[in-house]
Amino acid sequence: MEFSDHIKTANVEDVVLRQPLHPPSRGTLCITGHHLLFSEREEGSSQQVLLLLRNIDAIEKRMSGSSGTITIKCKDLRVLQLDIPGMEQCLNISRSIETLSCLDNVSEMYPFFYRPTDLSLQDQWGLSTPEKHYTQMKELHERWRLSSVNKSYSVCPSYPPAVIVPNCIDDETLKKVAKFRQGGRFPVLCYYHRKNGMVIMRSSQPLTGANRKRCKEDELLLQAVIEDSDKGFIIDTRSSQQVQQARMTGGGFESKSFYNCWKRLHRQMERGKALQESLIKLVEACSDESHNVDRWLSKLENSKWLSHVQTALSTAGLLAECVERDGHSALVHGYEGTDCSLLICTLAQLIMDPFCRTLEGFLALLEREWVQ
Amino acid sequence: VENVRLLDRSSGQRKANVGTLYLSATHTIFIENNPETRKETWVLHSMVCSVERPPATPSGSQLILRCKDFRVFQVLIPQERACLDVHASLVRLSRPEKYSELYCLSFNPNVNKEEREESWNFIDLQADYKRMGVPNNLWVSTVANSEYRVCDTYPAELFVPKSATPAVIVGSSRFRSRGRFPALSYFHQDTLAAVCRCSQPLSGFSGRCQEDEMMLQAVMKSNPGSDFIYVVDTRPKLNAMANKAAGKGYENEDHYNNIKLHFIGIENIHVMRSSQQKIIDVGEMRAPTMTDFLWGLENSGWLKHIKAVLDAGVFIAKAVADEGVSVLVHCSDGWDRTAQACSVASILLDPFYRTIQGFMVLIERDWVSFGHKFSHRYAHLDGDPREVSPVIDQFLECVWQLSEQFPCAFEFNERFLIAVHTHVYSCQYGTFLGNCEKERRDMRLRERSHSVWPQLWKDRSQFSNPLYKAELSQSQGILRPNTTPYCFKMWKGLYNHVEKSTPPRQSPADFLSAVREESHRLEEELTNHQEVPAGGTAHHSKQEDRGSHRETNHVGEDGGSEEEK
Repeated sequence: MEFSDHIKTANVEDVVLRQPLHPPSRGTLCITGHHLLFSEREEGSSQQVLLLLRNIDAIEKRMSGSSGTITIKCKDLRVLQLDIPGMEQCLNISRSIETLSCLDNVSEMYPFFYRPTDLSLQDQWGLSTPEKHYTQMKELHERWRLSSVNKSYSVCPSYPPAVIVPNCIDDETLKKVAKFRQGGRFPVLCYYHRKNGMVIMRSSQPLTGANRKRCKEDELLLQAVIEDSDKGFIIDTRSSQQVQQARMTGGGFESKSFYNCWKRLHRQMERGKALQESLIKLVEACSDESHNVDRWLSKLENSKWLSHVQTALSTAGLLAECVERDGHSALVHGYEGTDCSLLICTLAQLIMDPFCRTLEGFLALLEREWVQ
Repeated sequence: VENVRLLDRSSGQRKANVGTLYLSATHTIFIENNPETRKETWVLHSMVCSVERPPATPSGSQLILRCKDFRVFQVLIPQERACLDVHASLVRLSRPEKYSELYCLSFNPNVNKEEREESWNFIDLQADYKRMGVPNNLWVSTVANSEYRVCDTYPAELFVPKSATPAVIVGSSRFRSRGRFPALSYFHQDTLAAVCRCSQPLSGFSGRCQEDEMMLQAVMKSNPGSDFIYVVDTRPKLNAMANKAAGKGYENEDHYNNIKLHFIGIENIHVMRSSQQKIIDVGEMRAPTMTDFLWGLENSGWLKHIKAVLDAGVFIAKAVADEGVSVLVHCSDGWDRTAQACSVASILLDPFYRTIQGFMVLIERDWVSFGHKFSHRYAHLDGDPREVSPVIDQFLECVWQLSEQFPCAFEFNERFLIAVHTHVYSCQYGTFLGNCEKERRDMRLRERSHSVWPQLWKDRSQFSNPLYKAELSQSQGILRPNTTPYCFKMWKGLYNHVEKSTPPRQSPADFLSAVREESHRLEEELTNHQEVPAGGTAHHSKQEDRGSHRETNHVGEDGGSEEEK
């Protein structure tokens, strides 16, 4: 597939670009396989807009007479408007954008084509992995080990090849635990608190189901985590009600009878469609042109966005308190353990670990927790 | 009274301290029993807004002191009799009936007569007019009001258009509410446009006044760059129209040639008073949910009003600076919303008013000299509660909102604004006493009290904004704020002191100040070491350093202790 197949018109002169809070500018528009480039025509002016087509969330086109206007809404919430002379040119441009901004094939995406002059493909990839993290944290070695049970991604397809687990738990045990957790995401270590040796583990929900299934290995693993201590906390990002309902569909929670040293704390966090709606409402509130403070506050409250942010921060705070102030280890999970769990664990690490607040530490944190 | 428990609720204090409560003529003083700290909390009677006596509990009788700077103290007195006495005393003491009861008339910092006289001359309004370029061939000083005979709430020294004769001035003043005729507030040298202020015309439905029309004509003529002026009525149009039925109203565009009327719609003092009470309640909420908070904010309408005042200033500034058109501003009596709009416009137009000294000058000019009713609005005496309204509070908050949008543009920090706010209410100094210049002259305030400005100037190192640099582009020229609703924040520093957990919040500005001080100190040390002559001893300047950072008055500062020296 050639990108040029999708580009009938590559250059258009005399296009007007409009952006909020900027004066309109006139210049040349170019479409390439991955980008949209606008260059202002004025002499001495160097205004350029380079937009990655994948950054485009939605486009609308409006034709009027012999020209058309394309409104581009980006995923980073920017809005651009392009007035393009010539109906055919406008239609071609909008078609190109529509197609190229949502190509299906991953290997057609820009990162596979990006060749900066000062970097080589042989250069180090990424800032941090669990292996690196483990090697750098000497204190972990006493009670924790690096397991490569997942090195072919067969035990848990969404985990990295190496994970940090308690020393006394062997790979066979881990395989059994993975079968008992949704998506194979068995509890792994994500943070070690130097000050008191307590840890944060994260996972997905246990598949206890309606019949209250047990998994000895899972209980063993969690017991090993709190070996030296009297109890641990489980922060479940679901309400007690949601957790009961989860059992009906094969999921569940760690019940007190089988995990008697673990205390469950429920903090319901919003995710998925509801969260997306919340963001859409927030963006809508911000773009309200009426200049009415009451409307703004009412729309802001209605979006519930700040409530979600507050919940995330206070839950992360709770997690940090469990580990830092109360001195106990904690396990974090919701349903799949891929959204709210990661959010809470990352925020808690930012709260507790000053290194995560440095440039390098922050990037490493994101890489370890979210990418890996 | 001994064995009293005091809790500073507004600072988030959880556990009450036990100590002794003293009542003096001017203060309530609480001294902790703890022999190590003997911590003192001083509260000026004039700062007390209300004293409530909730029902007694088994542990004793309670009093709740609410202050005008939004601090709240809870006092627990074991004996009911003592509590009743204290309550009665505080109620009386916090509601002075005469100026002579106020603290500023007995406050005596150790300065002699000359120093006190000097302190009143610290701010020189005439020097500021000169700095603006006035008087000139367009604007002249008039002596018409030198004995306050034309308008008794205006200052004695005023600037009017060159072509305005005394007859025109007098005639115009007769046609304006309270005699407050059009006078100069700010002259913008770059465009020769001016901001003028007055009160509403006594036009009713069809009244006219030749002199008043000539006055507005004169204002227009004083701007050679434009053939019309804006008349900005800061009231909602409906209210302005309603005033017509009372024989007042607004300018009729048919009668006055070359004016363009523009309504801004800032609500009146009663609306503002009730709005502020609601936002105070929001600030006092304990552990509110996001919904409680946002709903409370919306319900108060407070940010909406702040935006209205700022929008007024923006309109005036744009007209003067961008269009080069002069603006005449008024409301009803020209001493509340007019003062707000004119002073916000000055802040936007002129970087000088964004400096510490410039800000003092601005308040002296547009608020103190032009007759804002401080004693009525800020309840210095026990008077009509319907006159009380947070007018200058709103102006100070507009400045704070601007400083949040333009962090490098102001020489002063939030603490300065809060200090000014506190002193407006505290009556510790005579600066804000009374309702107009004539009243202050008649009270002989200069001889009987002190001006607040020199004291604030002395403390300016606490009030400095480390991000401010006069040469920076953000500090110069005209400020163009974004007044979209989402740009307005709740002024936590004023309405919500509550610090629920220790350690206290980090302030980047404070850190920057501390870093700067340390660098400065190290540089000095380095210089001193380099200056050591061969064979001589090193000269340590540590003694001097310690001396220059001596603590001075802290009225109304967070931390509970208010000491006057």
